[in-house]
This record gives sequence, C-alpha cells and structure tokens, in this order.
Amino acid sequence: MDLLRFATAGSVDDGKSTLIGRLLYDSKSIFEDQLESIELASKNRGAETTDLALLTDGLRAEREQGITIDVAYRYFATPKRKFIIADTPGHQQYTRNMVTGASTADLAIILVDARKGLTEQSRRHATISSLLRVPHVVLAVNKMDLVDWSEERFDEIYREFTEFASKLDIPDLTAIPVSALLGDNIVDRSANMDWYGGTSLLYHLENVHIGSDRNLQDVRFPIQFVVRPQTAEHPDYRGFAGQVASGILKVGDEVMALPSGLSTRVAAIDGPNGPVDAAYPPMSVTVRLEDEIDLSRGDILCRKGNHPEPTQDVEATVCWMDASALKVRDKVSILHTSRMARAMVKDIAYELNVNTLHRDQEATELGLNSIGRVSLRVTSPLLVDDYAENRITGSFILIDEATNRTVGAGVIRN
Amino acid sequence: MTQPASHALSQLDALEAEAIHIIREVVAQMERPALLFSGGKDSICLLHLAIKAFAPAPVPMPVVHIDTGQNFPEVIEYRDRVVEQYGLKLVVGSVQEAIDAGKVREAPDGSRNRIQTPVLLETIEDNRFDACMGGARRDEEKARAKERVFSFRDEFGQWDPRNQRPELWNLYNGKVHPGESIRVFPLSNWTELDIWDYIRSREIEVPSIYYAHEREVFVRDGMWMAANEFAVPPEGVPTEVRMVRYRTVGDATLTAAVESQADTIDKIIEETAATRLTERGATRGDDRVSEAAMEDRKKEGYF
Ligand SMILES: Nc1nc2c(ncn2[C@@H]2O[C@H](COP(=O)(O)OP(=O)(O)O)[C@@H](O)[C@H]2O)c(=O)[nH]1
Repeated sequence: MDLLRFATAGSVDDGKSTLIGRLLYDSKSIFEDQLESIELASKNRGAETTDLALLTDGLRAEREQGITIDVAYRYFATPKRKFIIADTPGHQQYTRNMVTGASTADLAIILVDARKGLTEQSRRHATISSLLRVPHVVLAVNKMDLVDWSEERFDEIYREFTEFASKLDIPDLTAIPVSALLGDNIVDRSANMDWYGGTSLLYHLENVHIGSDRNLQDVRFPIQFVVRPQTAEHPDYRGFAGQVASGILKVGDEVMALPSGLSTRVAAIDGPNGPVDAAYPPMSVTVRLEDEIDLSRGDILCRKGNHPEPTQDVEATVCWMDASALKVRDKVSILHTSRMARAMVKDIAYELNVNTLHRDQEATELGLNSIGRVSLRVTSPLLVDDYAENRITGSFILIDEATNRTVGAGVIRN
Repeated sequence: MTQPASHALSQLDALEAEAIHIIREVVAQMERPALLFSGGKDSICLLHLAIKAFAPAPVPMPVVHIDTGQNFPEVIEYRDRVVEQYGLKLVVGSVQEAIDAGKVREAPDGSRNRIQTPVLLETIEDNRFDACMGGARRDEEKARAKERVFSFRDEFGQWDPRNQRPELWNLYNGKVHPGESIRVFPLSNWTELDIWDYIRSREIEVPSIYYAHEREVFVRDGMWMAANEFAVPPEGVPTEVRMVRYRTVGDATLTAAVESQADTIDKIIEETAATRLTERGATRGDDRVSEAAMEDRKKEGYF
C-alpha cells in the first residue's frame, strides 16, 4: 500500500467540508463517537440533517464562527492507498494555507460550485498548485444536483478552467462532476450523469499514478548531521545522516560532496532496519563513505557530472506570510534543505496577481498573502536546483530574525 | 526494508522515513532536546524510531516520564527495562512529589490528569529543555489535527492555535528565544492502525496490558475500569472478571479498557481495522469533559 497526499481548497460554501466528510464517511473512516458528537452539534444548531462539515472544524473558534481557520490534516485509507488530506480553508490567510497544503501534495482538488462557476479562489488555487508544482490536479465541479446534472454547465466550467490553466503549468488535469451532498461520483459512478465517461473521485485518488512524479535521476543527499558514536563497540564509525531528496544512491557509486567538491565512493548505506544496497526518495538513511572527507550539516552529496549550483544570489518566487511586509534591503534568515543562512532582499521585481496572472512591476513590497518575484543575496552559498526539477533542493523558507516566525516560502527560479 | 524495482516505499516505510527525518532535525537544530516517554504504544514507537535515527550511536537525549504516581505496574516495569536495555538517561517528573511539596493539588475526584501539565512544564524548565518530542498523532483528536509537527510554545508553555508557524515541504523551523520551546510530533501523520502495523512489522515489544487478558473490572460512565488501588468501584457497583485490553495507556484512574479477545498482534490489528470508536472516545475519561477539552489542555501546555 502506498501513500497519496492531497490538498483541497475551494471558496466558502462550495462544499469542501461536505466532500471531505463524505470521503471519510464512505470509506468508513469516521468513528461512531465522532459521528455522535457532530450529530449532537448539528442538532444544537437546529440543523435537520447531520452536517458532515463539522467533522473538520477542530478548534473552538472555528466551531463558534462556523468557519475553518487553519490547515487541518485528515487521514483515511482504502485497501489500495492511505490518504493524507491537507484541508486548506478558503477564508483568512488563504494563500498562506494553500501554499502550505500544496507544498507536500501529490494532488490538489479544486472544488467549484456548479452554479457559481470559477471564482477568484479557484483561480488562486490553480495558480498556487501550478507554482508549487503539484503534479496532479482535479477540478471537482460540485452541486451538480442543483444544475440538473447538466453536461453543458459542466463543459462550460471545464472550458473556462482550461482556458485559465493554459497560462499555467498543470501537467495532469482531471475534471469530475460530483454531488458531495448526495454522493454522486464520489465513491461510485453517478447514475444521474450517464454522459460522464470518467471515473469517480475516489477511484481516481486510488489509481492516479504517482510513482513517476519523484525525481530518481539527480542524486541529492542533504546531510542532516554526522553520526559518530565513538563508543567501544563502534570506535571508527562515521556516517552521514539525511533523507534522500532525489536520485538513487547505490553502494559503490562515486559521489561528490558540495561545497567542498571532493569525490569519494559510497562504502555502505545503513537504513532504519539494517544495511541496504540503494537509497532513493524519501528514504532516511546514514551513508558511509570510503574516504574521510570534510562533510557536515548543510552539505550535499551529489555526482560530479550532475550537481546543484552553489550560489549566493537566489532568484525565487516568494509567498509572503507575515503581517509586516517584505521590503527591499530587509534581512531574514533562510532555511534551505538543512542549511541555515542569512539573506538580504536585493530586489522585488514584481508582485503576481494570482487571479489575473498580471505582474505588477511597480510593487515595492510584498504584503501578507502576496506572491512575488524576489532576488536574495545570501551570506554563504546555497546548493540550489530549479524547483521545477527538484521540490526539495528548489525550495526554502524565510524566518524573521527578531520574532523567529516563519514569514515566507520560496521556490527557486521557476 | 522492502525494495521493489519501482523504487517506491510502502506507506509504512514512508512514514518511518518522515519520522526519522523529523527526529534528526530536532537533534540537529535544538540545543537541549528530550523525548517524552510514557510507556504507551505511541511513545514506544517514537523511542524505537529515535534509536534507528542515531544508530549505531546512542540516543543523544534523555527520556522524560511525567509520572502521575497512578500507573499500571506493567508499564513502569516496561519503562525501566527499556531504559536499561538501550542505555538511556531517564528523567522523571513526579506528580506525587509536586503534590507533597504543595505545588499542585489533585482534583476532587482524585484525578491527576490536569496537574500533569504544571509538572511537565516545571520539568522542562528545570532541565532547560528547548524541545520535547512526543508521540501524539493528528488522527487522535480534532484540535491535534491542526497542530504543526514543530509546535511552538511560549515561555509559559502555551500553545496558540491561531498563531502557529506555517510548515512547508520538509522544512522545520526550530528557532526559539531562551525560555521558549518546541513540542515536536514526529508521528503526526500516523494513525492508530499504522502504529500497530509498525509494531508488528518491526517486532517491537509493548507492555502486556495492550493484549487481551483477564482483569477485574467495573463499569464507570459506560466504560470498563480496572478495579485497583487507583480506581475503586463506588458502593453498590459490582466488579466482574472480563477479557479486556487497553487501547491507550494513561493514568490508571482515568484510562478504561475495552472488551477484547485480541491476545496477539494480528488480532489487535484486525480489531483496530474494524473498530467503530476512536481510541480516545472509547477509553479516555479526560477527553470526554467537553468538545474542546483537548484544545483547552493544550493551550495550558499539555501535550
Ligand atoms: N445541493 C447540494 N448542496 C451541497 C453540496 N455540497 C455541499 N452542499 C451544501 O453547501 C453548503 C456548504 O457546504 P460546506 O461543505 O459547509 O462548504 P465549505 O464552506 O466549502 O466547507 C452546505 O449547506 C452543504 O450541505 C452538493 O453537492 N449539493
């Protein structure tokens, strides 16, 4: 059984919570005591039917206001796959939440109300999915029961979406007409829409091929730290602990360490359950090398003919997540793989309007929830790849030096 | 580890890799980390992951137990054995000592659940821990579903759900000022079933009370409580001997057993996959208080 992580987003009332509740309910992932507590809560609010949406409102403030504030993670499994849902609310902080959910997602579900069609939020979510290179996107056109299960309406929304998406980079798009409330095309194919030739949403989630989404070409192994027991039993053991970002690392392979540029061979790879011959993403292993070369946290093992570029000048698309705006000449901490450094904002080239994709070149700062193109000068070289090639070595977060808050997220070049 | 030609990891291997990455980040980023160990199945998995993360070096942080003094004896025996076996350093935060010193007081019903929190916070402060790893999972409870893997706590140990640090990719921000700390949850993405699958596949020993056994029990609030020195049946409430097991292991005054015939790991997994109640809803008196019980306790500094 493998693991699929997906993110959901939609505007308020498009039916996102109902959809998730339905997936959990129909896959029997809702427990009786959870159901009892939301039945009670629904009654207390005077609702006639049980509001499955209440399942996803975790915090008191959310229940009181009847809205979802923060990203919530949900889990369900079918015999085929385990699923992790990053449920990102459409309200306050939406961009920040969507970016967070999308950063680890294999797939994004963009939910649209069939009556309303595309909204600002749908465009925003499509843009963010594309910027963060979510490999698979599902356009779920919901509330089909309220538009008479109309094929024309569905086609119209699909056309509008593909027109907008043509300006983006969405490698795999699937559109599914659904009724989250009634369950049509959620688990089983709908009897009300025989014009639809595709699969149900759950079938798609269970079967979408994610194996080839990983980068198995470019060996990148960022070092988290050095394992040196110096015990009587292991006096000379020296291993480099980390999680494989990409590529396949094999025992006997020649590898190059950056930033030193020194080459050696892989002597052994220790996995969590004993030695292994090869390591690939997302394995966490400890690598032993044939020669004693200088290597520590923040360095990367790669290959001589295929390595990231050490650079102090980083061009990136940054999503700003803090109330006080990012300005030129601001100084921040930057965390890239396992390397922490300081950076200064050299230039803000433009702010991206995520609804129209217009680039505002007059912009001089990035406010909360805005996305823009930023040039950074970093105190020591980072070992970066293009985000399009590598989601791990192509991404970073920015940290405020005074408050220590995570204030920004960046994807390199792109 | 299975290595099919497709170079794909099973979901359990992927969760293991993620947890080890997180545990290593804690040690790499933080100055004085600790691992909270209750002897429950989640913290047992966490400890085993930590052992794997640093092998063949020893686990480079102490193991902390907040001891309510109302434990199942099987669990304390297990704790001490594991500490000995892996050469760990054990730090005990004693609720009994805090009561004796007049720092905290038991609830009128004898519950020590709520007063664990000040003892935990004092233990963190006394030892100047800047990071505490725990085995909590997001599937346990609604408030937990919104908590970060690296969860920031202010100098009072409080969690502010509306002011959490965004968490992206596999990048974790462990920066704190003196006095502040991070709670870290490497098992955030695991479910109860994943825990049991892991215990089975990695052949991890757990305390015997997780397996079905005969025990003298009585009914309280519709749950089976073990009759012992910590939980005495009220007048007129009969006790009986039943086959039961525990799904969670907490304070002996609060944690209920479930009726079960599952005396092997395979049977436990079968039962867990078929169960219709969450483990907290089924067995934890502490979470039943109100819909927001967990959220309130977390804000005060609880795990
Ligand atoms: N008729 C109909 N109503 C729906 C459907 N999906 C959701 N709703 C209703 O739309 C409203 C908003 O749904 P909710 O899931 O709370 O939206 P959210 O804000 O996106 O989470 C609720 O009253 C739902 O019952 C659907 O497929 N058909």
